[in-house]
Amino acid sequence: MTQPFRMPAGGRIDRNRPLRFRFDGRLYDGFAGDTLASALLANDVAVVGRSFKYHRPRGIVAAGAEEPNALVTLDEGARGVPGRVTPNLRATQMELYDGLTARSQNRFPSLRFDLGSLAGLAAPLLGAGFYYKSFMWPQGFWRRLYEPAIRRAAGLGKAPRAADPDWYVQQYAHCEVLIVGAGPAGLAAALAAARTGARVILCDEQAEPGGYLLSAPDVAIDGMAAPDWVAQTLERIADNVLVVPRTTAFGWFPGNLIGLAQRLDPASPGVRPDSRASTPADPYALGVEPPPVAPPRERLWHVRAERVILATGAIERPLVFPGNDRPGVMLASAALTYLHRYGVKPGQRAVIATADDSAYLTAIALHRAGLPIAAIADLRERPFGEAVDLARDLDIPVHAGAAVIGTEGRMRVHTVRLGTGQAVPCDTVLVSGGWTPTVHLASQARQPLRFDAASGTFLPLENAVGSAAGTFDLAACLRDGAAAGGLAAEFVVDGLPATAPSGPPLPAAPHAKAFVDLQNDVTTKDLYIAATEGFVSVEHLKRYTTTGMATDQGKTSNLNAVSTLAALTGQPMDAVGLTTFRPPYTPVTFGALAGAARDALYAPIRLPPIVQAGAVTEDVGQWKRARCFPRNGETIAAAVARERQAVRNDVGIFDASTLGKIEVTGPDAALFLEKIYTGAFAGLLPGRCRYAMLLGEDGFIRDDGIVARLALDRFHVTTTTGGAGFVLHHMEDYLQTEFTTLRAWLTSVTEQHAVIAVQGPRSAALLAPFIRGVDLGTLPHMSVREAHFDSIPIRLFRAGFTGEAGFEINLPPPDAQRVWDTLREAGATPYGTDAMHVLRAEKGYIVVGQETDGTVTPDDVGLAWMIPKGKRDFVGMRSLRQSDLKRADRKQLVGLKAEATLEEGAQITEPGGGFPLGHVTSAYPGIALALLQGGRARVGEALQVRRGKEAIPVTVVAPIVYDKPGERLRPTPVPVTDPLSVRPAETRVPPVPVSTADVGMVALAPATLLSLRAGAAAAGIGMALGVLLPTVPCRSVITERAALWLGPDEWLIQAPEPAEGLIALVRKGAGDHPISVVDVSHRTLALEIAGPLADWCINGFCALDLDLRVFPVGTCTRTVLGKAEIMLWRIAPEVFHVHAPRSFFPYVWACLRQAALSLGGDARLTPEGTAG
Amino acid sequence: MLLIPCPWCGKRPENEFRYAGQAHIVRPSDPASVDDEAWAVYLFLRDNPKGQHAERWRHIHGCGRFFNAVRDTVTDRFAASYKPQELSPGQGAP
Repeated sequence: MTQPFRMPAGGRIDRNRPLRFRFDGRLYDGFAGDTLASALLANDVAVVGRSFKYHRPRGIVAAGAEEPNALVTLDEGARGVPGRVTPNLRATQMELYDGLTARSQNRFPSLRFDLGSLAGLAAPLLGAGFYYKSFMWPQGFWRRLYEPAIRRAAGLGKAPRAADPDWYVQQYAHCEVLIVGAGPAGLAAALAAARTGARVILCDEQAEPGGYLLSAPDVAIDGMAAPDWVAQTLERIADNVLVVPRTTAFGWFPGNLIGLAQRLDPASPGVRPDSRASTPADPYALGVEPPPVAPPRERLWHVRAERVILATGAIERPLVFPGNDRPGVMLASAALTYLHRYGVKPGQRAVIATADDSAYLTAIALHRAGLPIAAIADLRERPFGEAVDLARDLDIPVHAGAAVIGTEGRMRVHTVRLGTGQAVPCDTVLVSGGWTPTVHLASQARQPLRFDAASGTFLPLENAVGSAAGTFDLAACLRDGAAAGGLAAEFVVDGLPATAPSGPPLPAAPHAKAFVDLQNDVTTKDLYIAATEGFVSVEHLKRYTTTGMATDQGKTSNLNAVSTLAALTGQPMDAVGLTTFRPPYTPVTFGALAGAARDALYAPIRLPPIVQAGAVTEDVGQWKRARCFPRNGETIAAAVARERQAVRNDVGIFDASTLGKIEVTGPDAALFLEKIYTGAFAGLLPGRCRYAMLLGEDGFIRDDGIVARLALDRFHVTTTTGGAGFVLHHMEDYLQTEFTTLRAWLTSVTEQHAVIAVQGPRSAALLAPFIRGVDLGTLPHMSVREAHFDSIPIRLFRAGFTGEAGFEINLPPPDAQRVWDTLREAGATPYGTDAMHVLRAEKGYIVVGQETDGTVTPDDVGLAWMIPKGKRDFVGMRSLRQSDLKRADRKQLVGLKAEATLEEGAQITEPGGGFPLGHVTSAYPGIALALLQGGRARVGEALQVRRGKEAIPVTVVAPIVYDKPGERLRPTPVPVTDPLSVRPAETRVPPVPVSTADVGMVALAPATLLSLRAGAAAAGIGMALGVLLPTVPCRSVITERAALWLGPDEWLIQAPEPAEGLIALVRKGAGDHPISVVDVSHRTLALEIAGPLADWCINGFCALDLDLRVFPVGTCTRTVLGKAEIMLWRIAPEVFHVHAPRSFFPYVWACLRQAALSLGGDARLTPEGTAG
Repeated sequence: MLLIPCPWCGKRPENEFRYAGQAHIVRPSDPASVDDEAWAVYLFLRDNPKGQHAERWRHIHGCGRFFNAVRDTVTDRFAASYKPQELSPGQGAP
């Protein structure tokens, strides 16, 4: 037998499945069902780590989450998986698997010979708060020498440098009852709650539910051995309760949101799903046949529970005595667990040091298993009762009133010295100072705790049950658990000797080097120092000494620290109080917290509808835009210069699809726009456009764009790319809450239209052969027409941002690529955002966010003249009169001439330096724009701008350097040519459907979608369409057409026929009532997701409760999926439609695909096939 | 993540909403006739109570509506939510 401390029989391990694992480079044997801790103990590995501060050798103390010492690093680098490194794992919670590779921490060069242990010699310098007191001189040494050295010496495991190869998922879930902990109380609660029809989730941090009962084979419940009762109970609740093992409830957040961290099968961690999903080059190659995907490594649950039952149990308290940290010292209950669950004995000869009856049960069990118990040292003067008598009957020596006053041994304890004067040889000391209910979650949620004087512990006033509530009698735990689950039931418990309840925690003697907090190396001496220095508030004590901090959160130490402080300060414990516990209960990996949000799914990557071959792209918000199109071997600068030339002298094409677009409709649309924008629109003729600025109420420029009047009651407004969302929100704000009497509606059409800008002196000539329905030669600058490009319906603007004559074609996105390609083949030069910026800067056109920064007024950029004199009010107008906004020395927009290219953001000074007078806002070769104090009066002045260490002389000029009169914008006659055709449409490849056992996903064919806004006309429109417009929020009505409620006066109409006829039908139904109807068919793309786990799949990224009772068939709503807005529509119990804005569709598809893959195989989530 | 009650859609997760500042601050009907000081107060001065606070929210990724809600700034609990033109509950007038 290679495992010297393995019992010949017993335990819940599978002795037919031997496993090999590696710890600190050495191979060991264990069995399936072991934890790393139990397997190390079985192999007589006493020292598993070095302590945080003093580098003292430390062994395994506990058998669960409370383990303070046995923190190890899982490192599979040696097995060829470089990034699979997780530091600071508790060996007591690591399930053993074949090939597991772990190493100890905080030691050099090895566990046995650790140079850092010399820190023990410096211990007098390292007491509480030492870093505030020692190492103060010389001053400069702290940062350069002391702090780095201390940080290196202290601390835990190291984070890996290689990327994590595994994948992680998240899951939103809702339930009526969440039970935390599947011990006796939790299982009884689940058994009861399962009968109520409520949704119940039962989570437990261990691989096997059952808690204490798994360590109690001799105990019978209702005539059944406790482990068998667990098995039977799990079977009985399987259909109605979602049981999630290996799952730690780590935090309780506002609104009863509980965070659960679930470790999936540790033996087969995942391979990430194809990360090619939604790469820019290939947006729809999302469904390329994925590589075989193993389950994700961890799943983070966001559980919204109506009720939480805390059946979190209790943690045994160590005793605080000198030398209590020596390897071989272990909690008495942990020894019982190792014996009964893992078939491991903790040593060869044990001393029990206790102040509590429960340790007698361990003594009795170990004695019966053949392990000699050298002594029971009981701190109590007169221990009595069934358990004590039983121990005495077995001839275990019981020393009443005996304290341990010291231990001896280097890498393991070999002798215990008792206060009675005896020295007892042993290799194991099992300690019990009573029990501390685990109240972390309640404390995190700021729930009131009450102090129970008898047990000296703090107990939750509500939600807790079983030993978490201070109940330690097993039958009572079961009964109370069932009651919490809604059922009155009694359970008969046999085979458990009666024990007296635990007493309060015992204060430690003040001066001893006895450890209170093992993880943070805090001794009673540290507490004494802190108290004498005045840190008598328990929160101060915590911060000053670090007791109860960090990943441990005081699981074994807090109560001992509180009782010690109480004794030191002469206060009762309840006056000292308890520090507030912080989430997480045990550490949660960054992988789980990030979930899918990494790499391609970190944030949506929005792609314009045109794939621009040969483009160098840049990120503009979430968009990828073409910066320039370098030809073979061309530098970026050369490409930009060439593209600029092409626009100035010939014709260029530019993808402006990302510009925001809003349709403003209704009888008062013009009045509304006059309130929102600086311009006047009441008199604007249909077919004409006007440039306008949008100000905040504070008078500063927030956005700008073109307001185009399509009809008396219909405007097409453009916004900047980055401002699209903000402008719509800003307009809705004023429309809904201030200008509420105006009859106007807003519809985002940003993604309904692709936009191709055609700019340059030859633009009209290039376009003329394709354009039907409008004479380009006479169309005045700043006008708009509905027309056709060949047969494609377009909204054609005569406008631009280059200073050249030009057009902007708004067209359906599915046709954009072939129109682009047609124009490119016809001789147009594609240009990107870089050339666009140079072109506009030469004209002095501002870019919001570049020339403006939220503190810039229209006058500052020289555009005050554009505000009509007759206007009395628009948003921001009043603020322009505030004194500060009228100061003459405000920064004003100017041009700068310089020999060298300046840097954007650089400060402008007088020649020779001095106080900054302004800054460069845009800089290109030969031209720069700047905001300069009193700049307009400084034209001609010589100033200086720094670039690094260099001072560049500049001359202030007017901001417009190109075609100031605007002569080049005038229309010129176009020679008549033969009509040309657009190249044929290419077949688009839809994403490959996803199909797993439980979820299918497919892209939906396009349908006609109308955004309808109507008040009183709704009934009439419903009649005309043959589908009633639902008035109940978030409901839909489906006939041949469908009407979906999206807002109080907003519906989405989906129909199979073309938009034109449908719009006419809607208008007819509306009669004389003002309404808004906008074709939004192209704005979104849709997918269908179906199957028994479709709802779970959506809940991988969407926080809505999709239970059929809450979200019945027909429910439709906008919501959030990951980081994208979607419209979610339940068509049937297991069928959903998801509409996403075109540019977000690849992201949404990839998210749902990943969720579908995560739910396959071992990671299934249904109650019948619980994960794990 | 908080659950926020939308007067139309019911309780929804926080990420569907956008905060929009203190409620019941009315834009002067004729800003041109407001003096500098009163305008500055309208623009910039806001309450910062510990406890119940009437504030504006928009269900931006839902029904799109602005509404008002009374939230306790200590516990983050929502006491009420109501449509923009409605009065703050329990206070009679806003």
